[in-house]
Amino acid sequence: MENERRVVSVIVVNEASVLSRITDLFSARGYNIESLTVAPIPDSKYSRLTIVTSGSVRVIEQIVKQLHKLIPVLKVYDHVDFVEKEMAMVKFPISEPINDIDTLCRAYNGKIVNLGDDVLIAMVVDEPKRVDQFLKAIKRFHPKEIVRGGTVALER
Amino acid sequence: MRISGAQMVIEALIAENVDTVFGYPGGAIMNVYDEIYKQNSFKHILTRHEQAAVHAAEGYAKASGKVGVAMITSGPGFTNAVTGLADAYMDSIPLVVISGQVPMSLIGTDAFQEIDAVGISRSCTKHNYLVTDASDLGRVLKEAFYIAASGRPGPVHVDIPKDVTAQLAEFDYTKPVELETYKPTTKGNLRQIKKAVEAIAAAKRPLFYLGGGIINANAAELVREFVHATQIPAVETFMARGTLRFDDPLLISMLGMHGSYAANMAMSETDLIIGLGARFDDRVTGKLSEFAKNAQVIHVDIDPASISKLVNAHYPIVGDVKNVLEEMVPLAKESVKPERYASWRETIANFDRLHPLSYNEEGDRIKPQWVIERLGQLLGDRANISTDVGQHQMWSAQFYPFTRPRQWVSSGGLGTMGFGFPAAMGVKRADPERISINVTGDGSILMNIQELMTAVEYKLPVINVILNNNYLGMVRQWQTLFYDKRHSETDLSVQPDFVKLVEAFGGVGYRVETKEAFDAALKDAVEKNVVAIIDVVVNRLENVLPMVPAGGSLFNMMLLEKKEKK
Repeated sequence: MENERRVVSVIVVNEASVLSRITDLFSARGYNIESLTVAPIPDSKYSRLTIVTSGSVRVIEQIVKQLHKLIPVLKVYDHVDFVEKEMAMVKFPISEPINDIDTLCRAYNGKIVNLGDDVLIAMVVDEPKRVDQFLKAIKRFHPKEIVRGGTVALER
Repeated sequence: MRISGAQMVIEALIAENVDTVFGYPGGAIMNVYDEIYKQNSFKHILTRHEQAAVHAAEGYAKASGKVGVAMITSGPGFTNAVTGLADAYMDSIPLVVISGQVPMSLIGTDAFQEIDAVGISRSCTKHNYLVTDASDLGRVLKEAFYIAASGRPGPVHVDIPKDVTAQLAEFDYTKPVELETYKPTTKGNLRQIKKAVEAIAAAKRPLFYLGGGIINANAAELVREFVHATQIPAVETFMARGTLRFDDPLLISMLGMHGSYAANMAMSETDLIIGLGARFDDRVTGKLSEFAKNAQVIHVDIDPASISKLVNAHYPIVGDVKNVLEEMVPLAKESVKPERYASWRETIANFDRLHPLSYNEEGDRIKPQWVIERLGQLLGDRANISTDVGQHQMWSAQFYPFTRPRQWVSSGGLGTMGFGFPAAMGVKRADPERISINVTGDGSILMNIQELMTAVEYKLPVINVILNNNYLGMVRQWQTLFYDKRHSETDLSVQPDFVKLVEAFGGVGYRVETKEAFDAALKDAVEKNVVAIIDVVVNRLENVLPMVPAGGSLFNMMLLEKKEKK
């Protein structure tokens, strides 16, 4: 069966060790995690996790059901029609052409966010695929460090 | 009411009507044991190993239908209990297991007898808690009992640091459980139920596939009604033994790796599986791609994750089997015509005539299967049967004449050697009027043999029947069949004298080499009503048959070559 990339959001009670319950489930049952983000939902006792995973239709169905089975899980969204974004930050040597980097960043909903003595830091926010492209494009500017934030998603 | 965490544990157990706690004290749980000393509401049974405490609680839970409770200390006390938690998790047994933990101030410092207990138990419990404040403890314990028993049952582990059991806080156990994120679906979807009944009425070769969920849901009576009203044949999983009476003409037998020929063939030929509380375990299905190829599937289960996990369900119904059947049986009675399946029943009867569950007698030598049959003839409904794991377990499932649910207590999913004896103690505690038998092997019995002391002390007269073949028989069988008879590390010729062994603990022992001696020993042990070992010397190289080799198709069985009786 064909493996499919899926974005799944999980609403969980924001309590101790809840994240381990989720990640333990993935490792125990041999499911993939490509990226995982988590943050509290404002003014509630819940947190929202966004997990990018992959698997056959049956595996994805199991992932959703097994997540539901965890006691502190309130809701699981297996996203179908959704908007997803990912943030990335990149550190460049200050010697690289700042204008070129800035132009490139703007094409990917980003900008230069910090200028120091030795390095500059740029950020972009875009769809994960576009972030991939961005990271490919900036290779020629000799990035020193790259950090990706992981995908977040909302159903339309 | 302001009381200590330790007192809260006692109050909660009393409020939950717990009459028995199986446990073992130690440093981190001492505050609670101090309160146990002061109370008279429930009995504490001191097992001689923490693993046995949890298995005993499992046996108690299985026989009684109530939540089993075990209590242990931190560190090694807890790690010893993990096998029991895992066993209960695999077999959906409701337990609350309470462990002590080092004080909060020492957590994370590699303190004496510290281990990350909730980290370990996370993957082998339905849920777990580390209680960090005594003001949470009442709520947590109430949730623990609720979660253990509701939905798909399972073990819940509550880890309590020592300073939390000493801490004073408000305690109110009357507040109802509020778990916004946990609401098991217990009522089946009526539209789906109607569609399923239509499918049954339209099927030519329907087959009931009865699983352990029926026992958990106390739905066996309804299942019997369903089966009899529709006259549709039924196979039982290992976990479901006792759902139908052994002499029910519609019960084919157990299916699976060591299921009967007729059960496995019926499953391979059916056009509609009516799955009730069963989970299509690999020991049941054999090779999945070949499993019940022509069948549509009705799958009723309390656990949505069990449905379409391995075998696609055409009629998925999430709900408690009992609730669902309450809707389904009356509908089926209206529309299902029993005579429709007459030729299908005849086909199955022919399968059974062709290769009945059987074995070859060999003169006066005791065949292990004979022991089980004989136990059944002599004790029948009067006994509850626990087992360990291995050949004796399969023979027990195949040959004991089960008459009722909760009569059969065995480690199915995890396959835990050492389960049987402590479980049989728990069974005896839950159902003291009946005889508690542990059918075991010469390998398994030594895995929790220290429990002889517990059974003697608390007058839990379990009769351990060892089918002694001087082998780890099941592994030996695989070695014989699949490893060219290289019997690697399975020869158990060196053995204790089991008679002396049980006598040393204060029980009675019998070494049995003839059928007459077996009858006499069993009669004596039952009459004396004491802890016993009947060490039965059986045929060494007997194999469990039929057998579907691991990964093989269900219909490709190794079968018994029947020898004519001389």
